[in-house]
Amino acid sequence: MTDTPDSSSDPHAPKAQNVNLLRKFLNGTEIDTRLLGMFGALALIWLGFHFYGLIFKGFGAMLTPRNLWNLSVQTSSIGIMATGMVLVIVTRNIDLSVGALVGVTGMTMGILQAEIFPQYIGLGHPMMWVITAICGIALGTLIGSFHGWLIAYRDIPAFIVTLGGLLVWRGTAFLANNGKTISPLDDTFKLLGGGPYGTIGATGSWIVGLLACAVVIFMLYNGRRKRSVHGFAKRPMWGELTVGGLSCGMIIGAVLLVNAYPWPKGIVKQYAAANDITVPEGGLFISHGFAIPVLILLTVGILMTILVNRTRFGRNVFAIGGNPEAAALAGINVKWMTLKIFALMGALAGLAGVVASARLNSATNALGLLDELYVIAAAVIGGTSLAGGVGTIYGAILGALVMQSLQSGMVLIGFDTSIQQIVVGSVLVFAVYLDNLYRKNAK
Amino acid sequence: MTNERTGTPLVEMRDISISFGGIRAVDGVSLDLYPGEVVGLLGHNGAGKSTLIKCLSGAYQADSGKFYVDGQPATINSPRDSRDLNIETIYQTLALADNLDAASNLFLGREITTPLGFLDDGQMEAETRKIIARLNPNFKKFKEPVSALSGGQRQSVAIARAVYFNARILIMDEPTAALGVHETEMVASLIKELKNQGLGIFLISHDTREMMDLCDRVAVMKNGQLIGNERVEDVTEDDILSMIIMGKNPKAAA
Repeated sequence: MTDTPDSSSDPHAPKAQNVNLLRKFLNGTEIDTRLLGMFGALALIWLGFHFYGLIFKGFGAMLTPRNLWNLSVQTSSIGIMATGMVLVIVTRNIDLSVGALVGVTGMTMGILQAEIFPQYIGLGHPMMWVITAICGIALGTLIGSFHGWLIAYRDIPAFIVTLGGLLVWRGTAFLANNGKTISPLDDTFKLLGGGPYGTIGATGSWIVGLLACAVVIFMLYNGRRKRSVHGFAKRPMWGELTVGGLSCGMIIGAVLLVNAYPWPKGIVKQYAAANDITVPEGGLFISHGFAIPVLILLTVGILMTILVNRTRFGRNVFAIGGNPEAAALAGINVKWMTLKIFALMGALAGLAGVVASARLNSATNALGLLDELYVIAAAVIGGTSLAGGVGTIYGAILGALVMQSLQSGMVLIGFDTSIQQIVVGSVLVFAVYLDNLYRKNAK
Repeated sequence: MTNERTGTPLVEMRDISISFGGIRAVDGVSLDLYPGEVVGLLGHNGAGKSTLIKCLSGAYQADSGKFYVDGQPATINSPRDSRDLNIETIYQTLALADNLDAASNLFLGREITTPLGFLDDGQMEAETRKIIARLNPNFKKFKEPVSALSGGQRQSVAIARAVYFNARILIMDEPTAALGVHETEMVASLIKELKNQGLGIFLISHDTREMMDLCDRVAVMKNGQLIGNERVEDVTEDDILSMIIMGKNPKAAA
């Protein structure tokens, strides 16, 4: 029993003082070491690319509000799908079709809003974006359910079903409009992809940020109260304060960051002209604030976290991943659960299709190409084990951010696409190797 | 002793058969179990003991035959049906999800939820602490996944699961196979305690001596058929061994 938290008071280990201090910190705050590692990797990537740019190009473009804001938008569609991929991989399956699903749902939504719905409700109808988005998500759900049915009830391995799906749905996306790109999209719909107008502005961002802080504090308080009710060990007060302080600090930091990125001059002029505002001499500083796709990602992240941690469905997903036989013997309908998980994955791919096509303001048959690999990589880098049973939603979202940071950083310092691919591929393999080491040590 | 066998049996299996690819794993077996009784199932590997018991626990569906619980005909098509009849099973392979903690495993498939439908982890952990404290006071690792537990601790979780949900019929498939001496004793005393509470227990084991000690009756199977079904007082260890090996019941021949 040497690994109890009290070991920090061991007088015979003066050398291990620093180690014990760290352990005391981790025990007190209950922060996962893996989470710490992810933040470390992210900081390393950001600083690395920034200083590389600063030293070799004379300008560090990585750590600018503009780039980080763009990064947040670029992460959205991969991040949304990565949350679903966690459930798929946790139950020892894989979904290779998500990129193709983004393509086929994006393309379908393009056709619907540009060609079909205008015949009935007229072009530019205010409800166009909702109806289109719902249809896209429904289509994703339907295709996902079909995959899930083939996997669960027809016993075809998920790898094969979704590999087939990758080809089938990519081909369908091409055929749907004979390979032609549809652009532009509905004016409201395209706000879902970000862009200067697709943001909530400085005030909106402060409201979101402060609300988020309030929720964090409430959850810490509520968690503490629940532990008292059952008489379980509580976090020390300093631990609660550290966690609360760090979380709120990061939220407020994010708000300050997105508010520090102003609209470009041209957009400001356009906006001013449209709203009868005179632009003062030094120009008008209008903040972007959080982009709508980022808010969609955060909402999906929160809902998925609740689903995974707080509901019977989520608990059963992890039980299936840990021991499918035990789950079945415990009365869990494993087949039905598998179908539902793939349906959910399909719905999220549909939502990612909304965000991705809206961001490009166009629907092309190449939309989401290779996304499946980034999504799987994001989930795996975020700590989802391919052996099943282990994974977190926040890890997958952070993993998506790590992947996108790498990608974006390499673009900024001018690496070729070919080198980008080599780096991303190597990082993925290395990350899983590190993860194996971590798991062995944890045992 | 005899008064335990009067009245309605808790469970009655009548003429149960199940085949896998032309092989009759269980061939027309009838067996019953009374409250407060421990019935031992013996036989070689592949004799059909586990298969028979899996039909009762709903893991397999019998091809033919009938189940009666408390004298009422019962349909068992899934593990859930079996649980609804208060039949709990502790499997040989310890059906636990290794990545989840003790409480999640104990309540697997029957999670406690708040009025809003969310998991009530605090309540589940509290209940788990209560029941396991009774079974195994040394158990402390409530927060860790069960993969971090010893064989005995894992067995405690599996048994707690059966006990917590007020099993009336308990099926234990080699509950002591993976355990050390001390832990085996713990399980044995637990079986006696549960028996005194009026539970009916089907016990599968290879250890004939242990069976003679714990069981009221032994049923021997060979090649899917029931060879003998005798009260332990009426047979010797040699009789049982000869039934297991020869497939003949010396009592019936006499």
